[in-house]
Amino acid sequence: MSEVDSLLIDATTKIFEDLSDPQTLNSAATDDWRSALWSALEESGLTLAWVPADNGGSGASLADGFSILELAGKFAAPIPLGETLLAGWLLSRSNVECPSGMMTVAPTRPRDKIQMTEDNRLVGEAFGIPFGNLAEYIVVLAYKEEVPHISLVSGKDCIIKGNPGLSGDGRDTITFSNTTPIKIAPAPDNFSGQEFCIMGATIRSMQISGALQSILKLATDYAQERVAFEKQISKFQAVQHNLAKLASETAVAIAAAGSAMDTINTATQYNELVFFEVSSAKIRTGEAVGEAAAIAHQVHGAIGFTEEHILHRYTQRLWDWRDDFGSESEWAVELGEMVAERGADELWPLLTAR
Amino acid sequence: MSQAIQFDPIRLPPEAEELRLEVRDFLSEEIANGGFDPHRTIMKSGFDREFSKRVGARGWIGMTWPKKYGGHERSFLERYVVTEEFRSQNAPVTSHFTADRQSGPVLLKYAEEHIKEDILPKITAGDCCFCIGLSEPNSGSDLFAASTKATRTDGGYLINGTKLWTSNAHQAEYMIGLFRTSPPTKENRRHGLTQFLVNLKQPGITVNPVRNMAGKHDFNEVLFEDLFIPDDHLLGEVDSAWKQATSELAYERSGPERFLETFYVLPELVRVIGQKPDARAAEGIGRLVAQLHTLRRMSVSVNGMLQAGKEPVIEGSIVKDVGTIWEQSLPAKARDLAAFVDDTPSNRSNFDELLQYATNIAPKLTIQGGTTEVLRGIIARGLGLR
Repeated sequence: MSEVDSLLIDATTKIFEDLSDPQTLNSAATDDWRSALWSALEESGLTLAWVPADNGGSGASLADGFSILELAGKFAAPIPLGETLLAGWLLSRSNVECPSGMMTVAPTRPRDKIQMTEDNRLVGEAFGIPFGNLAEYIVVLAYKEEVPHISLVSGKDCIIKGNPGLSGDGRDTITFSNTTPIKIAPAPDNFSGQEFCIMGATIRSMQISGALQSILKLATDYAQERVAFEKQISKFQAVQHNLAKLASETAVAIAAAGSAMDTINTATQYNELVFFEVSSAKIRTGEAVGEAAAIAHQVHGAIGFTEEHILHRYTQRLWDWRDDFGSESEWAVELGEMVAERGADELWPLLTAR
Repeated sequence: MSQAIQFDPIRLPPEAEELRLEVRDFLSEEIANGGFDPHRTIMKSGFDREFSKRVGARGWIGMTWPKKYGGHERSFLERYVVTEEFRSQNAPVTSHFTADRQSGPVLLKYAEEHIKEDILPKITAGDCCFCIGLSEPNSGSDLFAASTKATRTDGGYLINGTKLWTSNAHQAEYMIGLFRTSPPTKENRRHGLTQFLVNLKQPGITVNPVRNMAGKHDFNEVLFEDLFIPDDHLLGEVDSAWKQATSELAYERSGPERFLETFYVLPELVRVIGQKPDARAAEGIGRLVAQLHTLRRMSVSVNGMLQAGKEPVIEGSIVKDVGTIWEQSLPAKARDLAAFVDDTPSNRSNFDELLQYATNIAPKLTIQGGTTEVLRGIIARGLGLR
């Protein structure tokens, strides 16, 4: 088990409480909160948590970074923190200097592939890029004759077609048509597109786990406040059972994401076991989103369907997150193919490998 | 909520993994020697005293108990590995499993010394079967409605009444029974129940078989007519068994047996689907494997937390709730996924036979060991809703 820095977690919690309170953000007339929140995170070194101190980052452990992202999930923070952390991690691992500012990554769908021409220009389309419009930089995984490269691209140099996504954070289409990156480096040894998605999927699993914990609390609190048929709705057995199911799915997400994160933290290399843990986590947290969000809305009734209530700040992001870096279906096909390929008698050894 | 839900990412320690290899060797030898047939034991009774004795001889019963009672003072995580390996191969553990999981620990905690010294070594030797006398004709999930009476008499108690759905009572030497020693009070309807150790091999007890819908004799009706139980067979506090029962539930509910009961269908599904599945079959298998993996991680986590002295009560109930629903839905999902597999007999006859059996037993999985409805009530209580 990896130790998490509790001081760091406390400090980050304070920032989110002060500057990313879902209710405050929900009623804000402008987007001014965003730069205040981002600056506070940047000043605390949280945006470059996974960049080593030598390269201008704060050099936090992977475990610390993942825990920060679980917290971001608990607050449904509408900023590209996970994306920026991942971008910084990719750049540093490729020995590329990391800029400050908001970053995102591309591609975030397993089937999208960006090519790099002989003269180092990027060609291709990446769909559903989170915060594509908002981010200053995009860190792109591209293939130059099948050799993976990491490049840093300015958002201004791409064609970006906005798509709000379910949450409004943006799931944008980025077109690279002979785009010249600011910096390029070959990807680290043994790095593959799958490893890129593995990190992304673990980030999303942690955010999902965080957000599910929050909607469980929202729903249980609300059920104890709301009176119908002359009693608190939490006293009705049908409602209790729904909330128990919501708690179970939240528990599943906590366990699945926690196990995947722990695996990544302690892995020395990317291998079949890492794939197994992370694909399972993304599949299972994604499934939990469907069930849990539906119950949270059911418990909240009409008020939860309004813009003024904060529930949607969580559920809409949860629905976005389960699509990023591979949906349940995409990961399940890959995992199922692996299991089938290994054969029936190798299933139990795989399950009990650790 | 009183406390946040917690699932520490616990891994099995190296000694447990070493033990796993030993257990696998043992099981392969047993299968090779005809000790049991992994594809057929599930359809039989699973009761095999000689097999249990061989398991006992290996030191795999009562693993966590003190050595002075024949135990082995190993960890819960080591026991976990033995349990899951035996389950995965459908080993015939019926003769010893209940005593190993539940009855032994109850005796350890509440029985008189001479009883512990007498019975526990027999259990660990694999030569003693226990059954659990909880349910009655009018008391199942609602345990506190139990009405079988224990009336004070000279030197002990007289038992009168009926226990029902008592698995393995026809083969067991002992029962740990829950009997009514006083009426419930207005303030506490759980009051008035007491646990006793019952020697089943004595007059005053009639055991009648109740066959289940899968054609198996597992359940029994157990009638008590003026059965005498001596004072020293009382377990724990008179009238307060409800306090004793609840603390053990996390162990009972979070083990691998709580989600592996129909597991045998899954490898056979992978076998009939073959090495090159289409996207539909691959996705289906991928989801099932991801779900099972996550359940196992949750279950290992709960057992690791128990080993560390924590009390993951809500987490244990969640494992059973999610686990039994998973194992119950597995046959139906496997049926869907195998729908387009050629049905030439050589190809899928074994799968079909196992699937049929699993489909037949699936309905009981969300009933035994606390119904899904009861578990959700417990989880709801943990959330502070009742």
